[in-house]
Amino acid sequence: MDWFLNPTSVSDKLIVMVIAIALFVAIMGLILWLIDRPNIPNWLVVVGFLGPVTIALLVGLFYPAAGTVWRSFQISQAAIGPDGKPVINPNTGQKTSELGFSLSNYQTVFTDQSFQKVLINTVWWVVLVPVLATGFGLIYAVLVDRTRGEKLAKALVFLPMAISMVGASIIWKFMYEYRQADVPQIGLLNQVLVWIGLDPYQFIITEPWNTFFLIAVMIWIQAGFAMTVLSAAIKSVPDDIVEAAQIDGATGFKLFRKVTVPTIRPAVVVVLTTIAMGSLKAFDIVRTMTGGNFGTSIVANEFYTQSFRQGEGGKGIGAALAVILFIIIIPVILYNVRQMRLSEEMR
Amino acid sequence: MSMSGSAVELPITTDSTPEEKPSSRQLKKQMRLQDAKTKLSSPWASGIAILLAIMWTIPTFGLFVTSFRPPADIQSSGWWTFFTNPGITFDNYKNAWSANGGGLSAFFLNSFVITLPAVIIPISLALLAAYAFAWINFKGRNVLFVAIFALQVVPIQVTLIPLQTIFVGAGLQNSFWPVWISHTIFGLPLAIFLLHNFMKEVPASIVEAARVDGAGHVKIFFVVLLPLLVPAIAAFAIFQFLWVWNDLLVAIVFAPSPNLKPITAAIAELSGTRGNQWELLSAGAFIAIVVPLAVFLGLQRYFVRGLLAGGVKG
Repeated sequence: MDWFLNPTSVSDKLIVMVIAIALFVAIMGLILWLIDRPNIPNWLVVVGFLGPVTIALLVGLFYPAAGTVWRSFQISQAAIGPDGKPVINPNTGQKTSELGFSLSNYQTVFTDQSFQKVLINTVWWVVLVPVLATGFGLIYAVLVDRTRGEKLAKALVFLPMAISMVGASIIWKFMYEYRQADVPQIGLLNQVLVWIGLDPYQFIITEPWNTFFLIAVMIWIQAGFAMTVLSAAIKSVPDDIVEAAQIDGATGFKLFRKVTVPTIRPAVVVVLTTIAMGSLKAFDIVRTMTGGNFGTSIVANEFYTQSFRQGEGGKGIGAALAVILFIIIIPVILYNVRQMRLSEEMR
Repeated sequence: MSMSGSAVELPITTDSTPEEKPSSRQLKKQMRLQDAKTKLSSPWASGIAILLAIMWTIPTFGLFVTSFRPPADIQSSGWWTFFTNPGITFDNYKNAWSANGGGLSAFFLNSFVITLPAVIIPISLALLAAYAFAWINFKGRNVLFVAIFALQVVPIQVTLIPLQTIFVGAGLQNSFWPVWISHTIFGLPLAIFLLHNFMKEVPASIVEAARVDGAGHVKIFFVVLLPLLVPAIAAFAIFQFLWVWNDLLVAIVFAPSPNLKPITAAIAELSGTRGNQWELLSAGAFIAIVVPLAVFLGLQRYFVRGLLAGGVKG
């Protein structure tokens, strides 16, 4: 069964892939075949259509989320036997450990200086990326709206959305590349510094500004998303509103500020929250560019480091960090559910 | 990650992007003339727009040029000197791709093997669920739908540690299976929500007519609805595809073995271990980027539609 779990050759990998798809098709085919007959009770049909999804989400999302919340309140500690002494594992001669209830994971995250740095960095990410990306996206959408090269202009700014955050990180690492002052620069930004007569600068390493240079990468990626959604919103501003404002004498910037912006406000809010959530969860950029070193770590990256790079000891802190991510997002969930309810009612 | 479509009432349609709505070219021209007044002062605006577009494109362009320069040139001069001192080589790509260089061909295959099932399976499951929510009446439908809708904002980080315990318990850890299964689960809430919206746009009379003809739910689903939903499926499939192809977190958590790594994980690792070998990194990055780039350029229309329907994940 080794090839089934750990295929090495090209053909084995492709075969396992085909088996996975075939297995899925066979199971779903069987379920649908079973419920596809006349006089079958309605609830069985519902179970056939919705059962697999419900089980997948309960086991794969709901239960793990609850488990993580639970785990975030546990720490690994020495097990104490009924006699009041530490329990010794007879095989290894070591003290055994068990999980005990504790608030210390949260305490560590909020009081330890290095974790506080992580939290502060995260706040910068969640505030700066949405605001600047949306601001840029809005300005750009207005500038290119109904111009000759609109499609190309939009595609160029949208392009970073399509490439992976890992790819974007490599692209920007090269932009930030540093060479000493006496040799030719190969990173464009440092070359620009040299051209205007300054010393080259270690963008990625020098604290505290390096965090902001990583944030710039996320803004570069997300601006295209903001631009696309806001551009569509601008185009859907009703003509009669615009015409009425024009009759009243509004033109150019005034028209934009007094008519366009208020009309597209719901879209702006959605773009802001969407990008904020994306920045909160973005892990790839920090991981690829610095690995969380040089004081650039954010919650999403620290979660990975603690959970999967620090052994059992980091798991509790990792869980606490994940729960913190979740808690920050909850207001957005509520807001969005409310919006969905409203739009359902409007139908 | 989001569900913007419903919230802002953006023009979501199944057959055209918003830009294309004023159908004929003449109409567009007329509108443009009329709109000249509403725009910000034109020459300046165009100038700024062009400047911004260039700024946004230069980073990618620079790495692209670099990937075709000989290693010695890359290390001794900036890519902008390429235009005064050109030297082109394809060796960077050859080396990054080959097994005794960067070995990216194997990782490229892994990305493909991971992505295909992780796109097909969630979309199929989500289509069935979306059908049930849209066209089968049952008790508790709205509650269940809102619950699934809300689940889409659960950060995947929250689920990873317990999921890993489950996979270890099932003996599936460090194989493609946990990656496929978790991508499926993570993609489901958004897929169900979006496809449900598209399903509901199908006129009830079509479904009713099939029902009167004696078709059961399974038949209506496959014969009546699926063909109508092809554009919507394409829109979401592109998103799921890009999300899985570009993913790093799920892959390095559930398939850390060098034999199973997708190309994103390989590049991220190269960036750490061989961060100065720009001939390898630049070519490698573009090997990783070329597939999503082709999908984006070729299917931009669907892409934008999916985006406007709220299909963004993070």
